[in-house]
Amino acid sequence: MKRLDYPFKKEDIKDLKVGDMVLISGKMYTGRDAVHHRIHNGTKPPIDLKNQIIYHCGPVVIENKDGTFEVKAAGPTTSIREEPYQWEVMRDYGIVGVIGKGGMGPKTLKGCADYGCVYFHAIGGAAQVLAEKIESVDNVYWRDLGSPEAIWELTVKDFPVVVTMDSHGNSLHAEVAAASEAILKDVL
Amino acid sequence: MAKKKVAKKVAKKKSINTEKVLFDSILELVRITSTVIPDDVQKVILEALEREEEKTTAEYAMNIIKANIKLAKMKSQPICQDTGTIIFKIYHPPGFHQAKFKKVIEKAVVKATELGYLRQNSVNSLTGKNDTMNIGLGHPQLNFIEHSKKGIDIKLMLKGGGCENVGAQYAMPYTPLDAGRDLAGVRKVILDAIVKAQGRGCGPGTLGIAIGGDRASGYAHAKEQLLRMMDDTNPIKELSDLEQDIVTTANKLGIGPMGFGGKTTLLGCKIGHINRLPASYYVSISYMCWAFRRQGVSLKKDNSINKWLY
Repeated sequence: MKRLDYPFKKEDIKDLKVGDMVLISGKMYTGRDAVHHRIHNGTKPPIDLKNQIIYHCGPVVIENKDGTFEVKAAGPTTSIREEPYQWEVMRDYGIVGVIGKGGMGPKTLKGCADYGCVYFHAIGGAAQVLAEKIESVDNVYWRDLGSPEAIWELTVKDFPVVVTMDSHGNSLHAEVAAASEAILKDVL
Repeated sequence: MAKKKVAKKVAKKKSINTEKVLFDSILELVRITSTVIPDDVQKVILEALEREEEKTTAEYAMNIIKANIKLAKMKSQPICQDTGTIIFKIYHPPGFHQAKFKKVIEKAVVKATELGYLRQNSVNSLTGKNDTMNIGLGHPQLNFIEHSKKGIDIKLMLKGGGCENVGAQYAMPYTPLDAGRDLAGVRKVILDAIVKAQGRGCGPGTLGIAIGGDRASGYAHAKEQLLRMMDDTNPIKELSDLEQDIVTTANKLGIGPMGFGGKTTLLGCKIGHINRLPASYYVSISYMCWAFRRQGVSLKKDNSINKWLY
């Protein structure tokens, strides 16, 4: 088990390899379909994303009467929908990590190599285990996109993920897909 | 005469009361469905965990899944944050007032959303605006089915978007795989769909499959198959054999939990068939994630919960 602690650094990211099980502690920002779409269309993100991690997640958040927020569930959403946009966010805003599920494609893999970024796979559907790792909800931006689509600024501790795409051009998703396609030919 | 009047009054009072009881029963059905994995599904998940090798990412994933199931139940919070398309099936006797029932269901869905058992999960497809309380065009999905029993049964499935997205429908013959209009062809396209889905449907998953129908009824019947118990046996021998073959073969593909690679790619496979037109032969495949959320209740006369169906 490896650890990755805030503030995140490019050197730490370079050390991570496909298959590494990692516990992340520190800050992360949720951002999914509508956020990526808006950034792609030219709107600047409301926060400085340099050396930050984006989490593909649409949490269940309850707003308490005193204005504080409580995350009731916060697992990853399918990342491949951000495939057209993710590499641009790496290039233009300097993120060092993306957390999601299901993996991403060749554009993102190239972006990871070109701009020093990794793709962390969280366990899909594990909304409670992952919500438990959230220590605080520090802020929310772009709430007009709706609660699941807004940018939630979170502080997490020991958030469990697996590196499935690293900054050296390796993708576990590409490997498993190729292997399973070869087996499929045999069993058909 | 006087007696009759009294009886009428009592009856009226009772009808108001049962509506509140019905609201409570439906809210409880939503809570349990969102937060507790049915026993039959949990059993196959734990078996899958046992199969994975130690210290692999597959075992790691299955252990987190196991911990998540426990935690969700304990905290009474959603197993998955995508609380899915809300699909109700209401089995009712003849002479049943559907519109009234629909109103109570909608009220319970709003309450469940306020309490966080359901995410704000309903988006206007034109404006992109979230309808915030899961009530909107086509949401929640209500299917009323008349049955010959006296009482009311309600089944509920919460089907997440990630797994819905990897569903597939094949019009046979499907030439890229040389798959024809027979069970051998059906087998080919099912395995193809599993490989195309990889880990994106939050595997290990369960497939509901329909052979036949049209594009709409095919998918509906495929989802209907997901209401079957995990350990049931298909009464049609050929389909029962195919179901077992699909699970065994899929688990040789090495896709594994979350697509990390591993021994369990599929937890179950349920296949049904409905008639088709001479011109069409569809195979409709509905993928259900490991967080297989479906429950049901049988209601008493006063609309309180008599028993749980899964």
